[in-house]
Amino acid sequence: MSAILPPSERLWWKHPLDRQELVWIGIAFVWCMVMFFMMVLWHIYGKQNLATETYKTNPEKYSAQAQAAVDKWTVRNETAMNIPVVAPPEGADVYMIARLWNWWPILELQKGKTYKLHLSAMDYNHGFSMQPTNINIQVVPGYEHVIKVTPNETGTFSVVCNEYCGIGHHEMVGRIYVK
Amino acid sequence: MTVATTYRTCPRSGLQFESQAEKLMIANAVTAVVALLVGGLLAIGVVLTRWPAVHWLEADTFYMVLTAHGIDMLIFWMIFFEVAVLYFAASTLLRCRIATPKIAWAAYALMLVGAVMNNVAVFRGDSSVMMTSYVPMMAHWSFYLGLILFAVGALIACFVFFGTLVVAKREKTYEGSVPLVTFGAITAAIIAVFTISSGAIILIPTFLMSIGVVHEVNPLVYRTIWWAFGHSSQQINVAAHISIWYAVAAIAFGAKPMSERVSRGAFLLYILFLQLASAHHLLADPGISTEWKVVNTSYFMYFAVLASMIHALSIPGAMEVAQRAKGYNKGLFEWLRKAPWSNPTFSGVFIALVGFGFLGGISGVMMGTEQLNLLIHNTIYVPGHFHATVVVGTTLTFMALTYFLIPVLFRREMIAPGWARLQPYLFGFSMYFFCLVMMGAGTLGVSRRHWDMAFNGNALAYEWPGAAYLMMGLVGIAGVAAIAGGAIYIFVTVGSVFFGKKLDTGVVSPKFTPVPRAAPTLAAQTYGSAGFVAPGTFVLASVFLVAFVLYYFVNWKYLGQLWGLS
Ligand code: HEM
Ligand SMILES: [Cu+2]
Ligand SMILES: [Cu+2]
Repeated sequence: MSAILPPSERLWWKHPLDRQELVWIGIAFVWCMVMFFMMVLWHIYGKQNLATETYKTNPEKYSAQAQAAVDKWTVRNETAMNIPVVAPPEGADVYMIARLWNWWPILELQKGKTYKLHLSAMDYNHGFSMQPTNINIQVVPGYEHVIKVTPNETGTFSVVCNEYCGIGHHEMVGRIYVK
Repeated sequence: MTVATTYRTCPRSGLQFESQAEKLMIANAVTAVVALLVGGLLAIGVVLTRWPAVHWLEADTFYMVLTAHGIDMLIFWMIFFEVAVLYFAASTLLRCRIATPKIAWAAYALMLVGAVMNNVAVFRGDSSVMMTSYVPMMAHWSFYLGLILFAVGALIACFVFFGTLVVAKREKTYEGSVPLVTFGAITAAIIAVFTISSGAIILIPTFLMSIGVVHEVNPLVYRTIWWAFGHSSQQINVAAHISIWYAVAAIAFGAKPMSERVSRGAFLLYILFLQLASAHHLLADPGISTEWKVVNTSYFMYFAVLASMIHALSIPGAMEVAQRAKGYNKGLFEWLRKAPWSNPTFSGVFIALVGFGFLGGISGVMMGTEQLNLLIHNTIYVPGHFHATVVVGTTLTFMALTYFLIPVLFRREMIAPGWARLQPYLFGFSMYFFCLVMMGAGTLGVSRRHWDMAFNGNALAYEWPGAAYLMMGLVGIAGVAAIAGGAIYIFVTVGSVFFGKKLDTGVVSPKFTPVPRAAPTLAAQTYGSAGFVAPGTFVLASVFLVAFVLYYFVNWKYLGQLWGLS
């Protein structure tokens, strides 16, 4: 019954370790280092690292920027709500607004080209969850997050909101086309 | 100084209970079980709504019920029970009267009032903000005030615990160092102080915002500090249930820790590094530097993972050594085959330990890797992971401990022992499956906290693959089975406490008998020379490591196929 009693030896901390524990600690330590340096190495050699470029913003400012991009590059409108479909040139700054309860506008990108995707929320937290690729990014109000994205496949992608944002949360879904 | 109180020596366990501490433990544990009952009833609503073929509740009810389920389970059930565990580790294990019993009762009252106030706010329907209550989405002011009162009460309970340790030291109720289990409880309490203070720091301004005194709480600052509370409180659970594992190994097998130094050192690593991990909730957030994310999400350099891996070897290892000493020495696994599998205290702990490591541990480290987090952030993978930690790990451990406490603390014979024997298997294994299929659905991208995966009537609706629907259907089935397992627990414990045969109280005396040191055992004398005293455990641990490594790299491969992001 000794884990619930004071240790039998007064100087318990001086006892040598059992070889088994020592070996295991060694193995576990090595594995921990592998995992740690894996994150660092992926920043150097990997192609999927979340950008940290962020600006403080506010809804007026951010929606004006998004509107300007929509005015410049809209190619058509879709759905009964006439959501603009924005097809920006390579390297352009493209904006997506998260608000109760939609993503606006729709984007049309090209495979293999890189864009600077800006994300911000107008009201509450929202979650950018691009399916079926499964890329998930938190969208926080008051912050404009700039992420360089390079689509590597063509198709129709949905942007589901996966941060709870009130009663219409499950209605919030947007779209990105890649040609 | 002598204080008028009495000490009861339990004839079944030899443990000595001080009368005030005993009443406090009973009150806190019973309240915890009530919270579990409420949370469990709410789980029915949650799971039957997320089961696509059933889709039971309306959206507003679902979000309300989910908010309450999260808070009642994660905060009220866990922390009330943990307060009972703290009092047990200080007062009962050290045979010491509880310091300031009146203040301890005040702490209990504050926690109770807070818990009720918060629940009332949620069930009014205007506080469906989820347990995380991210600003600027606002709940009713009493939602926050309830949580603040609860937090203050819990904080006071931690200080009563520390005070009891001081009394025990001063009144010399024990010799030498505190037992390992008490040491683990100290770890839990230290983490709790940090955690609960963080909760107060962020909830107080939010409360002031809800009554219009403060204008803005920055949403990113809120998330950062809230998670210092929300995640670190999971570390209280971990420290608490690991302490209980050591206790149960000692009680069920007479097992001795393989090495006091290693196990205590591992708890120390928890104190030093566990808190950092709250960063893993912010990996997909804007505005936070990469260096900060990498250092913190890895608990500096995975030193807390190292600690968990040490406990994962030490606890079953101690059981194996004890069993081998009893002669179960054949092959690698006779010690495990001949373990008391029909004792729910043991089977519950063992199922918890294995599930916590394999399902909760591996998935947690994967999710907490800076880049890999992109794959699963806010998907239903996340609740899949934490039901493996907090339900399979902590909840099942607390359930297992209750079976031990019914005769010892509540002095009742267990009713329906056959049901009790079955319960850890039903609850544990259906929860294993539940977690696996939730993680499966999350890997396919299914969102958490989401009422309608079909996006009915939406022009831009996304159609999830059939496999995702299949997984969510299995979540429903496994969830219902787990709830049945939970119901058996409530039936057995509540039934026993009210209707079980009364058992002999044992000798009551006005004075404690000091706790002796553990008897030196053979194992102690052969320290350092034997080597590989627990080969079976080493094999199990190696299987764990291989699973861990494979799963980890499979996810990197998956990540490597995504769109380029930089
Ligand atoms: C007994 C069976 C249980 C079942 C069937 C169950 C089911 C679920 C499900 C399906 C969800 C996810 C809902 C969603 O995100 O859409 C959930 C969330 C949650 N559960 Fe459980 N649960 C059970 C027990 C527990 C226990 C014992 C705890 C804690 C100790 C717990 C804590 C939570 C928490 C914290 C959440 C997250 C709430 C949120 O997202 O805010 N659950 N539960
Ligand atoms: Cu949203
Ligand atoms: Cu949402």
